[in-house]
Amino acid sequence: MGTDMKREESQNKVLEIADLKAAAFEDTAAQIGEEETWCDQVKKLVRQNKLAAFSAILIVVIILMAVFAPLVSPYDPYAQALKDRLLAPCSAHWLGTDELGRDMFSRIIYGARISLTIGLVPTLISMIIGTVLGLIAGYYGGKIDFAIMRMADVMLAFPSLLLAMVVMYTMGGGLVNIFIALSLVNWAGTARIVRAQTLSLKEAEYVEAARSIGVKSRTILLRHILPNCLPSLIVLFTLNIPSAILSESSLSFLGVGAQPPSASWGLAVVRGKKYLFTEPWLSIAPSIAIMIIVMAFNFLGDGLRDVLDPYLKEQ
Amino acid sequence: MAEEKKGMKKEKGRVLLEAADLVKEFPLTNSRKGKQVVHAVSGVNLTIYEGETLALVGESGCGKSTLGRTLIRLLPATSGRLLFYGMEISSMKEKEFAVYRRQMQLIFQDPYASLNPRMNVKEIIAEPLTTYGMAKDKNDLEQQVKELMKEVGIPAEFINRYPHQFSGGQRQRIGIARAIALRPKLIVCDEPVSALDVSIQSQVLNLLKDLQDEHSLTYLFISHDLSVVKFIADRVCVMFLGMICEIGDTETLYEKPLHPYTRFLLDAIPKADPKLRNEKKELLTGEIPSPVNPPSGCRFHTRCPYAKDICRQEVPRGKEIGERQVFCHFPLEG
Amino acid sequence: MNEELALQIKDLKSHFFTSKGVVPAVDGVSIDVPPGKIIGLVGESGCGKSMTAMSVMGLLRHPGRVVDGTILLEGRDITHLSRREQSKIRGNEISMIFQEPMTSLNPVYPVGKQVQEAILLHQNVTKEEAKERVIQIFKEVGIPEPEKRYRSFPHQLSGGLRQRVMIGMAMVCRPKVMIADEPTTALDVTIEAQILRLMKRLRDEQGTSIILITHNMGVVAEVCDYVYVMYAGNVMEQAETFELFERTQHPYTQGLLKSIPKLDRKEERLYTINGVVPNLLHLPKGCNFCNRCDQSVEKCFLEKPELYETGEGHKVRCFRYEGGVKG
Repeated sequence: MGTDMKREESQNKVLEIADLKAAAFEDTAAQIGEEETWCDQVKKLVRQNKLAAFSAILIVVIILMAVFAPLVSPYDPYAQALKDRLLAPCSAHWLGTDELGRDMFSRIIYGARISLTIGLVPTLISMIIGTVLGLIAGYYGGKIDFAIMRMADVMLAFPSLLLAMVVMYTMGGGLVNIFIALSLVNWAGTARIVRAQTLSLKEAEYVEAARSIGVKSRTILLRHILPNCLPSLIVLFTLNIPSAILSESSLSFLGVGAQPPSASWGLAVVRGKKYLFTEPWLSIAPSIAIMIIVMAFNFLGDGLRDVLDPYLKEQ
Repeated sequence: MAEEKKGMKKEKGRVLLEAADLVKEFPLTNSRKGKQVVHAVSGVNLTIYEGETLALVGESGCGKSTLGRTLIRLLPATSGRLLFYGMEISSMKEKEFAVYRRQMQLIFQDPYASLNPRMNVKEIIAEPLTTYGMAKDKNDLEQQVKELMKEVGIPAEFINRYPHQFSGGQRQRIGIARAIALRPKLIVCDEPVSALDVSIQSQVLNLLKDLQDEHSLTYLFISHDLSVVKFIADRVCVMFLGMICEIGDTETLYEKPLHPYTRFLLDAIPKADPKLRNEKKELLTGEIPSPVNPPSGCRFHTRCPYAKDICRQEVPRGKEIGERQVFCHFPLEG
Repeated sequence: MNEELALQIKDLKSHFFTSKGVVPAVDGVSIDVPPGKIIGLVGESGCGKSMTAMSVMGLLRHPGRVVDGTILLEGRDITHLSRREQSKIRGNEISMIFQEPMTSLNPVYPVGKQVQEAILLHQNVTKEEAKERVIQIFKEVGIPEPEKRYRSFPHQLSGGLRQRVMIGMAMVCRPKVMIADEPTTALDVTIEAQILRLMKRLRDEQGTSIILITHNMGVVAEVCDYVYVMYAGNVMEQAETFELFERTQHPYTQGLLKSIPKLDRKEERLYTINGVVPNLLHLPKGCNFCNRCDQSVEKCFLEKPELYETGEGHKVRCFRYEGGVKG
C-alpha cells in the first residue's frame, strides 16, 4: 500500500515536472517569433526620427491636396482677372495674384500636381531601367557588364541638366518630353548602385544554395537578389524624387520645361522674377513650395535609410 | 555491432562519385607578374562510395571547400574528370547536367548567410520542390514542406516565420531540410556545425546521422574539427595545400596515422581532459605556404621535420598500405 | 581586501537597456584571478563571458553598463573610473586580445608601428627604444624575422602571425592581467596549439595572469588552471581544472562534456542537451538551466539556486548540492 502511494506520488511529481518543463519551453518558443512587421518599422521610424515622420505626414497632405486640387483651391488657377492683377496677399487671395490676376494659392496647389507627377513618374521609369540594367550587369558580368557600365559612365560624366536641356530642346517642351528627358538622365545612378549590390549579393551563400538546387538565373535575380536590393531602392527612390522635382523646376525656369499657361512652380518662379522687387511673393511663394517638398522627401529618405538599412539595424 | 555495421556498409557501397586528376585553379585578377593562379586543388583522385560518409579534413586554405564544390560542379573544374555512377558529368553541358544537379546538394557553414533573409521558412524549403515541379498544388507543397520541417525537428507552426527569428541551430536545420528536399544521393556538408555552440552541435550531428540512415544518403563532410569527423565519418581524407595526404578508414587513421601531417593534426587537437596535457609534445612549426607559389615536390616539406632531399624534388605518389592510401615518401610506421 | 589577487571581480552585474526590456547579460558574476594563473571562462554564445570581459575593460557601450558589483585590480577599485583613468590602465596594466585580430589592427599602418604606438602611449621612452622593445617582443612571441615583420601591414600576415602581433601588443607593457577573448577560435588547430603554448609560456615566464574566454572545453583542459563555467549570465560551476573534469557536478557542465565527440572511442550517437539557450529577456523563474536540465526537480522551476561550495574551491549553482556533496 505504502509503496503504491509513493509510486503514485512520484509519478505525479514526474508529470508535474514535465508540465513545468513544457511551460518553460513554450516560453522560449514564444520568443522565437517576435516578428518585426511593417507596422513595427513605421513605429520605429516615428520613434527614431520625428523629422522624417513629420515629413511623411507633410508629403501625404501635399499629395491629398494635389489630388483634390479642384476641391481645395479657392479659384480656378487659369481664370484671368485682369482687374485683380498683382494683388498683395490678402484675405481673398492668400498668396496674392500674378500679373494676369490669377490666384497664386490656387496655382501653387495645381502646381503640386505637376511637381509630384514629375517627381514620381520619371523617377519610377528611370529606376526601373536602372534596376534592370544594374541587375543584369552585376549578375552576368563580362562584356554585358562592361557595355552597360560604360554607358552609365558616359551618362554620369555628362552634366545631367545640360543633357536634359538638349533633349527638351530637340523634342520640344511639354510634360511627356520632360518625363523622357529625366528618365534618360537618371537611370545611370540607380544602375550603379544596384550593380554594386548585386555583385556582393551574388556571392551570398543563399544565392549559392539556390544555384546548387538548380534554380534558373532569372529566378535567382528576381527572388533572391532583387528583394534584398529593395530597401536601398526605396531609400534611393525617395531621394531621387526631389532631384527630379528640382530638375523640372530648373528646366521650366530656363524655358525648356513646362510651357505657359501651366501652373508649374519653376515657371512661376521665372515669371515672378520680373516683379521680384515690387511683388516678391510671386517668386518667393513657389520657391518656398519647392523647398518644402524637396526637403520633406529628403528627410523622409534619410529616415527610411536608418530604418531599412540592414547594416544599421540595431541588434 | 558497430564493426559489423560498418563492414556491411563497405560491402554494399557502389562507387557513387569518382574524381580523376581533378584540378581547380583560380586566376589572380590583379597580379602584376603576368598570369598567376591560386592552385586550390592540384590533381586529386577520389572515390566516394554509396552510403558512406567521407570526411575532407585540413586547415583553412587547403582547398577542401573548393574541392567539395568542384566535385558537385558548383565550380567548374580546370581539368580532370568527374564520374557520377560511371557517367561522365564533367564535360556535360549545363542543360544535360541539370538532371544530375538535383542528386547533389550542399549544406553550408554559416546558418546566418545561407538563408535568404527576405524569404520565410516555407518559401526557402519549397524552392527546390517548385524548381523541379515536385508538388501537385499549393496544399501538397505545404504538406511536403511541413513534412520536411518535422523531419529536421522544426515545429510546423513556424512555417511562416523568417530566418532571423530562429537560433543558429534551428537555421541550420532549415538549411538541412532544403538540402534533403530533393532526396539527393550525395550531400556535401561544408563545415555544417563549426558555427554552432557545443550543445547545439551535437543535436545537428545526430540529426545528420539519423537522416543518413533513413534516406541512405552519402555525405562528403568537410570539416577542420577532427573530433567531429571522428564521430561522423567512415573514411577520412586529409588534405594539405590542394593535395591529398592520406585517405583511410576513420578508426585506423586516427589510431595509426601514416602521413606525418595527419599525426601533427591529431596531436594538436586540445583534448577535453587535462590529464592528457602533454607539455612536451612536438608541435608543427611555421605557417601554411601560399597556394600561389606552392612548394615543389611534396607540398608539406617546408613544415615537415622528416623532410629529405627527395621530398623537395619529387611529388610523392600514392602508396597503398592495407586499405589505406598515403602520399608520402616516408610514411610513418604506426 | 584580498591583496594577493591580481584581479577580483565581485558580484558584477552588467545589464543592457534595450527597447524590449532589460537584458541581464552578466548577472552577479564573481571571479578571482590569482597572479600567474590562467583562468578559463567557458560557455556558449550569449552566456555573458565576453560581456564580463568588456565590463572589466570598461569597454561596455550604450545601451549596456555595469549596474552593480566591484572590480579590483590588485586591490584597487577600477569599477567606476573616468574615461581618462581607464585608458591609462587599459593596455598598460590590463590588456585584451580579440578573436579576429584583423579587426583590431588598423589596416593602413605597419604592425610594428602600431605596437610601438602602444608603448609610446603608456611609457616614457624614445621612439628608438620603443622600436627595440617591439622587435624584442616580436621575438618573444615567436614571430620569425621580427625586423622585417615590423614593417609589414596586417593583411600581409597570416592569421596566426596576426594573433601573435596582437598578443605582442597586449604584452608589450607587461600587464598584470591579460584578457583573451576566443584568441584561437579563428585559427587552425596546428596554429592554435602554437598560440596556446605561447600563452602558457607567458604565464610561466612573465607571471602574467590570463583570463581565457573560450567555448572549447579542449582548450580549457589544455591550458587553464582554474575554470568558471557560465550559462545565461551566471557562473554555474567553478573549480580547479583537474577537479572540474574529474568531478563534474553541475548538470550543464556534465552535458557540455558529454556532448563533445570523443577521439578515443567510437560513438553511435552523441549526448545532447535539449532545447536552446534561453532568451535573456525571458529567463525562467527558477534556475536558468531548469528547462534544459535532465535532473531538474520542482524546486528548480520555482527558486533560483545559489553557488554552493562542494569542495576545496569547487562551487556549483545547483540545488542538488545545497547541503554540500551527497553520496
